[in-house]
Amino acid sequence: MSAEPHYTLYHPRWYRRRVSVWWWLQNRSYAGFVLREITSVFVAFFAVVYLWQLRALAQGPEAYAHFLARLKTPGFLALNGVAFLFVLFHAVTWFNLAPKAMVVRLSGKRVPDWIIAGLNYVAWLALSGAVAWILLPG
Amino acid sequence: MPSTVALTVARYRPEQESEPTFQTYEVPFRKDWVVLDALNHIKDNLDGSLSFRWSCRMGVCGSCGMKVNGTPKLTCAAFLSDHLPGPVRVEPLDYFPVVRDLVVDLTDFMRKLKKVKPWIIRKEERPLGDGEYRQTPDQLDAYTQFSMCINCMLCYSACPIYGLESSFVGPAVIALAQRYNMDSRDQGAAERLEILSGHDGIWQCTFVGECTKVCPKNVDPAGAIQQYKLTGAVHWFKSLLLPWGTR
Amino acid sequence: MDLLSCDVLVVGGGGAGLRAAIAVAETHPKLRVAVISKVYPMRSHTVSAEGGAAAVIKAGDSLDEHAYDTISGGDWLSDQDAVEAFVSEAPEEMLRLEHWGCPWSREPDGHIAVRPFGGMKVQRTWFAADKTGFHMLHTLFQTTLKYEAIERYDEWFVTKLLVEEGHCQGVVAIELATGKIQAITAKAVILCTGGCGKIFPFTTNASIKNGDGMALAYRAGAPLKDMEFVQYHPTGLPFTGILITEAARSEGGWLLNKDGYRYLQDYDLGKPEPKPVLRSMELGPRDRLSQAFVKEQEKGRALEGQYGHYVHLDIRHLREKLIDKKLPFVRELCLKYVGVDPVKEMIPVRPVVHYMMGGVHTEIRGATPLKGLYAAGEAACVSINGANRLGSNSLTEILVFGARAGKAAAAFAAEQRAPSPSLLAQAQDEQSRLEEKFLRKTGGKERIATLRAEMHQIMEESAGIYRTGATLEKAVEKLQSLQERFHGISLDDHTYTFNTELTAALELSYMLDLAQTIVHSALERRESRGSHQRTDYPQRDDERFLGHSLAYRAEDGSPRIEYLPVTITRWPPGQRVYGR
Repeated sequence: MSAEPHYTLYHPRWYRRRVSVWWWLQNRSYAGFVLREITSVFVAFFAVVYLWQLRALAQGPEAYAHFLARLKTPGFLALNGVAFLFVLFHAVTWFNLAPKAMVVRLSGKRVPDWIIAGLNYVAWLALSGAVAWILLPG
Repeated sequence: MPSTVALTVARYRPEQESEPTFQTYEVPFRKDWVVLDALNHIKDNLDGSLSFRWSCRMGVCGSCGMKVNGTPKLTCAAFLSDHLPGPVRVEPLDYFPVVRDLVVDLTDFMRKLKKVKPWIIRKEERPLGDGEYRQTPDQLDAYTQFSMCINCMLCYSACPIYGLESSFVGPAVIALAQRYNMDSRDQGAAERLEILSGHDGIWQCTFVGECTKVCPKNVDPAGAIQQYKLTGAVHWFKSLLLPWGTR
Repeated sequence: MDLLSCDVLVVGGGGAGLRAAIAVAETHPKLRVAVISKVYPMRSHTVSAEGGAAAVIKAGDSLDEHAYDTISGGDWLSDQDAVEAFVSEAPEEMLRLEHWGCPWSREPDGHIAVRPFGGMKVQRTWFAADKTGFHMLHTLFQTTLKYEAIERYDEWFVTKLLVEEGHCQGVVAIELATGKIQAITAKAVILCTGGCGKIFPFTTNASIKNGDGMALAYRAGAPLKDMEFVQYHPTGLPFTGILITEAARSEGGWLLNKDGYRYLQDYDLGKPEPKPVLRSMELGPRDRLSQAFVKEQEKGRALEGQYGHYVHLDIRHLREKLIDKKLPFVRELCLKYVGVDPVKEMIPVRPVVHYMMGGVHTEIRGATPLKGLYAAGEAACVSINGANRLGSNSLTEILVFGARAGKAAAAFAAEQRAPSPSLLAQAQDEQSRLEEKFLRKTGGKERIATLRAEMHQIMEESAGIYRTGATLEKAVEKLQSLQERFHGISLDDHTYTFNTELTAALELSYMLDLAQTIVHSALERRESRGSHQRTDYPQRDDERFLGHSLAYRAEDGSPRIEYLPVTITRWPPGQRVYGR
């Protein structure tokens, strides 16, 4: 379907395609990227829950018990579960991309990407292990 | 192996139509033919009015970038056998204005390249009589990857930010700026800082990473941009805490 | 039609053109210099060069050695005054490029590294991995962006030189993006449009190498020199013709026939040693290596494949580490285009057309006999390469002679008045010609592709590595008939916007003119020298043919051949000795 071209001699019109608002559905990489960006919403969500927890602590045992009860409702558990998965995705994509930004050179040679990423993972596991050891009973 | 394959090629003739159309051609299938060979077959034997750019056909001049089945590729390096069964869809690169058929306008890139000062900047030139600048193989390694850019612009066609915000300086230009920033002979990093960390520079990039994926020369422009974000951020902190220092 | 103008117009945006433009901008900053190119400058064919560029910098080397290697490599057809100027300016030009940022490969202590190359007695070839031309071109292009004085006309296709009263004063060109035909006047014009390898079917050259500048000069009355000397590079991939750099041999690669035998030892090129020996075996000059291939083929000792005969280039013994460090692009090309990993398998290669020693006749500063017209690079013939070019001399040539032509053209232009507006009439005639003969014409019976294929076939048959009078005569007739049939061409594309069928037709007409000069010059030269080998005159004849052929365009369009003596200074003609 070609409407009347607006052409005058020696003055062709360039064609500019409009970028669709659904551009990110074109391929897996783009979709993954958008998902990765959305994880920030869930990171913010956890931050808000944490602040709520602190506030409940400050308000006394009753408020805190009420807070815990809310957290145990099926709706909240589901939300937490989904948020946890997104935050996991956030961490994994972040660590995998870290070597792109962190270029470390030892005696002139570049340290391979998998070592940089690997060190991040190791640090994450170590810290998580330490936190678990401190907090969990027994 | 089939004996022919269909190519669905985007056409745009501004003198005759106001929007692009598609045209399908049947071309012979050969095991060692690339998409460019098929396009040349069309132009030579079927339809001489198909316009496209090409030159070296060995992946070093950067002329023949187009979208093949939706992915930006160099058509001289895209084998027909990797795109079977047909029809193979050939379109011009995204996010550039289409001049004609598979030819896009590249003046935006050329303008941005110049703005980032991609040449050796020295406070003082070394006289020729003193010989070459000494640069060890390790120092050469520090920027070699970024110097491999053939300006094919596949990265721009893959970058959704460039598509949504065409003022973005773009992956290849930033990689080339980094090529000079990291060349031990260059002293011009401060001059490039303004445009790189300006509004349309590195901070537009949200690290989609598609540019690195489509780059045919492993330049890793996404890496160049993220590395410069670190440099840019450090510089910003320094200028905040030590405003009187000259770089 | 607009009348655009500048002071110096450089036609062609490759290595020579960009270096010339910088030379103008630096020596005469007040002059306006413009580079006009039918492709963006970074697409120019300089980009595909791989091996390296020669210049004397190491101890143990000397300018005289470089000169002697070049002159003997050229089978004594090189003008020795030009060679002496070339070798003495080469180191400075190369160093200047290094200062502009070219990423030359280095020795561990940071000095420039050099590698051995064919026909050179001493190692003097500077290199940037195996993408030397790519790095040189991009360095030059990015450096030209520094100079505000350098304007560019990107994707403008030149169709004619504007000449008035024996003085070249500009060009007529098609602005491809719009199809508008424009005149650009200038006080001096420099042709840096490269060679014309696409006249042949199997070539390392890109599609853009159609000899535009050579044909433009020829039609304007300037002579083309030494056109019969066509260099075949011994190692190109079959079918695509993609270049496998000489550096693969200089790092130690071997050429083997179907019996796995290093056949070059049978052709007076020395004895096979495990490590490469300079000026011997695989490091002999390109013409002798290509000729050896043909002889092996005749003896039935070449391998036969889908695309004709070939031999093997074996670099497996160099090991992966060296290949990835010094020949990474070779590995990439082999894997991609023939599915062979050179670390583990041998590479199929055959000689393919690579370089034109001949071109627009210039003297040593780059001036042609046509006033105001200069030329440099592969498009020109100074001549430093004589009858056969040594590898790695041409990347240096573009810098040295690009700079010389730029300086000479700028000095000339600074003394000229502005061109007269009467040139506009010529330009308007050219516009009418293009519109009548191509854009508006319908009903022709010939297709561009058919004529081009027939030209390819006759050139491959008659003007290949070995020629005879009979095949050359046949080619003369065939090309004449192709020229006549060319008038019967009509295009599918009658539009203005980015019409690449029009440019393909114009490129074919340039190539037909140049093909005629090649076969006529080859027919007249009744001797064998360098890359021009005649089976009916197998000896070199210094008495009658120690001279350059000059092809002038006669009234009827066919070439008229004259001769110009070679300039001999310090090296009287001798024997070319390799391997001893």
